[in-house]
Amino acid sequence: MMQPVKDVIRLFRKGAIYSETTSIIFRISPVIYFSTVFMACLVVPFGSYKGIVSFDGDFIFFAYVLALGKFFNIISAMDTGSSFEGMGASREALYSMFAEPAFFILVGSFALFTGNTSFHKIFSTLHLGSSITYMLGGLAAFVLIMIAMIENSRMPVDDPKTHLELTMVHEVMVLDNSGFDLGLILFTGYLKFAMYGALIADFFIGGLSIMWTIPIFLMIQILFAIVIGLIESFMARFRMNHNPQFILTLSSVSFLIFLGVLLVLDKFV
Amino acid sequence: MINILFVILLSSIVSILRVNIKAKGIIAVSTIIVFALISSVISISAILGNNYEIILSGPILFGKVPVVVDSLSAWFVLTINFTMITGALYGFNYMKKYGSMKNEITLHCIAFVLVHFALLGICSVQNGFIFLLLWELMALSAFTLVIFEHEKPETIKAGLNYLIQSHVSIVFIMLGFIYVAFKTGSFGFDAIVEFSKHQSVLSGTALFLCFFIGFAIKSGFVPFHTWLPYAHPAAPTHVSGIMSGVLIKIGIYGILRMLLIINTDYTTIGFIILFISLFTGIYGVMLATIQHNLKKLLAYHSVENIGIIGIGIGLGCIGLGVSNKWMAILGFSGALLHTLNHSLFKSLLFYCAGNVYQAAHTLNVERLGGLIKKMPNTAILFLVAAIAICGLPPLNGFISEFMIYAGLYNWLYSSNLISLIAIIFTVGGLVLIGGLALLCFTKAFSIVFLGTSRYELHDEIRETGFWQLFPMYLTVAFMIIIGLFPKMFISLLQQPVSLFLRKVVFDQNIIKVGAIDSLQTISWLFFGLILFVIALLGLRKFMSRNRIIESGTTWGCGYTNASSKIQYTAGSYVRSYAKLAKPFLDIEKKEVEISEVFPSEKHYETDPYDKIERIFIDAPLKLINKITNQFMFLQNGHLQIYILYGIIFIATVICLPLIIDKIIMILHFLNNL
Repeated sequence: MMQPVKDVIRLFRKGAIYSETTSIIFRISPVIYFSTVFMACLVVPFGSYKGIVSFDGDFIFFAYVLALGKFFNIISAMDTGSSFEGMGASREALYSMFAEPAFFILVGSFALFTGNTSFHKIFSTLHLGSSITYMLGGLAAFVLIMIAMIENSRMPVDDPKTHLELTMVHEVMVLDNSGFDLGLILFTGYLKFAMYGALIADFFIGGLSIMWTIPIFLMIQILFAIVIGLIESFMARFRMNHNPQFILTLSSVSFLIFLGVLLVLDKFV
Repeated sequence: MINILFVILLSSIVSILRVNIKAKGIIAVSTIIVFALISSVISISAILGNNYEIILSGPILFGKVPVVVDSLSAWFVLTINFTMITGALYGFNYMKKYGSMKNEITLHCIAFVLVHFALLGICSVQNGFIFLLLWELMALSAFTLVIFEHEKPETIKAGLNYLIQSHVSIVFIMLGFIYVAFKTGSFGFDAIVEFSKHQSVLSGTALFLCFFIGFAIKSGFVPFHTWLPYAHPAAPTHVSGIMSGVLIKIGIYGILRMLLIINTDYTTIGFIILFISLFTGIYGVMLATIQHNLKKLLAYHSVENIGIIGIGIGLGCIGLGVSNKWMAILGFSGALLHTLNHSLFKSLLFYCAGNVYQAAHTLNVERLGGLIKKMPNTAILFLVAAIAICGLPPLNGFISEFMIYAGLYNWLYSSNLISLIAIIFTVGGLVLIGGLALLCFTKAFSIVFLGTSRYELHDEIRETGFWQLFPMYLTVAFMIIIGLFPKMFISLLQQPVSLFLRKVVFDQNIIKVGAIDSLQTISWLFFGLILFVIALLGLRKFMSRNRIIESGTTWGCGYTNASSKIQYTAGSYVRSYAKLAKPFLDIEKKEVEISEVFPSEKHYETDPYDKIERIFIDAPLKLINKITNQFMFLQNGHLQIYILYGIIFIATVICLPLIIDKIIMILHFLNNL
């Protein structure tokens, strides 16, 4: 079970090989990619506790700083001049473009629902009271899991374990990375996973005391991993040209959440 | 002060005419710098609250001419000055390659100085008549700048397209001024204020919309944007830079000024502007993504960014309308800051494109590649500007987009169903714009600068000289300062924004949002990000100190005969996007299907076109052509017939009054019967 961690540690100790085609972009990109995810983690709250930094509109920062990492990831893949990596980069850019609106509409709905615009305040004032709010919470968790799957290039959209480069998205982008850089990229992937897990957990543990927060947090993280494992085991990857439709569906689900919030707040007169 | 500027203008024009070719550029650049210094001194004190006002007594025709630099004018004057200076410095070095075209250079230098003068004037006069004169001066001199390479037919075509469209814009603005002057007898802006106070809201809105269309053509709101993608690629690079950086912003200035002086229904106007801007933003970036000409791509991005600025203005207006103070503040400051930001990164991007063009003699991205190794400075500058234009941290683009987002989310507190749906669609649209911009700039940057060269170029590619790079680094420094110290600029924006806030009385119960305070935290996070990256780079260096760092070829997944031909191209990079967006786009494709067993060389070509241009410009033109073609028989080339036309015309002119007199006489006679 600890094999991935071991891999990363081993890679950290290795030398590297760089393609002659690449430039400085290729060398700094993994570092920037990791830094952006690290920065994004700073604003994610933990239960009723603030994130390390918390301010109004921090979710905008969250999304945009992740996009910066993606920007560098994409251009680093294009830097190698490989046709396979170009293909992965093109897909990654397209998919993340479609996934972003879902996230913003989702957070916007909860901002409207709670009247706050920072992660911490949204989660700590989110009361899951009536049955319809449970439904919203469930839908939100669904959307976030799916966004996490897309961002981390998991099964229904991308298959990290496939053996054919033509069918990869994220994996093919890092074909040329090696040594410390590859370790960093893999590590960033795990960190990103945990970050989305924490966000999902926050939907449910916002108002609880610390005694409950820690076990529930761990439980939800493990549950998140299990759910993803199940999805990966029972689902095949979509055909590449079906992916955008699938990702656009997410935006519609977020829109549904938004309508649900309107319903709860009696905005339909 | 005005007299001094005028004297400088005239003396510099005279001396440009007389001196030798090398000195022309020096005089033009120094005139621009002197203009900028004088006007900046006035503007800086204006933006801190001391307006500069004098009243010139004009001829009887248009009355007194008040010249007022208030904080709104000051913000635009400062924006204009910075980009004009970098444009002039860049242009001075860029034009050295055209040393043999003496007459063109003379005209170019004069037009450049005139454009700056006209822009400064437009920002400060408050008399409609003079405003129009200066507007015309700006349009004509910009036209002269665009057609510098007039021996190319497409340049002349683009120039004429621009000339005609800017005159359509002038017609609308003139209509507005003349209507008010007709009603009140004065061309002054204060007359418009008085006039719109006593009018119904509906006619105020109509008056505003008339001005709005005029200014929207100038700034390139869809569907009035069609001149932009032609004029920008045709013009010399520094001209494209200042056109995109400041010339189209003058339209934004006009819209904001009219908002200040015309009394309208802010909510309705706000919704109209918001809707048009959202459409502009999305449509602009959608088309930008599929362009293969680097400058055309940048031109469509100007359309997109005008959309973002417009969203800010729309938000601010709605904030005034629903008396939500924070929304108005965030909307207007976001729009104004984005105006400055866009003028910085867009001019920088154009300068980079200019460097690429001078090195490779092509702007077709499909023919470029791997330039980062030969032009590292240009590449890094382009990268920084690309990050900024995508609105990514830690640069200035993020700050203004963040404020617009914050304004949008703040609107959530005071809204009914319709505005809530508007918010969600605007947020979705803004995010989509960001995502598409990311797709587009990763494409532009990686195809032009990364990988290896896709095409055999004639000349050795060399980096541009230091003096041409200098204004570019100046711009980058300014961008980074805005990104890292946003608070400073927000406090400068207080005065211009407060001009708008004075228009209405606000609801005091609206919760204060911390978005502006957040900027402080954000700038700390930016510092943190940069330091973290540096630390991590150090760590990597430390970790791999004893390891072997090799270099080899790119992993070809088993294929060992890789060449630069198999790289991803711009077309293939956006292919899946183009397929998805097909219903909204107009891409002409020429491809030959492969049917032989051993395929020979094949040709594949795509040519993107603007669907809105086809509907709004080409179709009516075709119709007009069709109608006028009916009268082709009149132009038959026989001199005798032409003389006959002349005689008929003269006879008609002489006879018509006589005949009318007779008819009136008969009518009188009949009446008296």
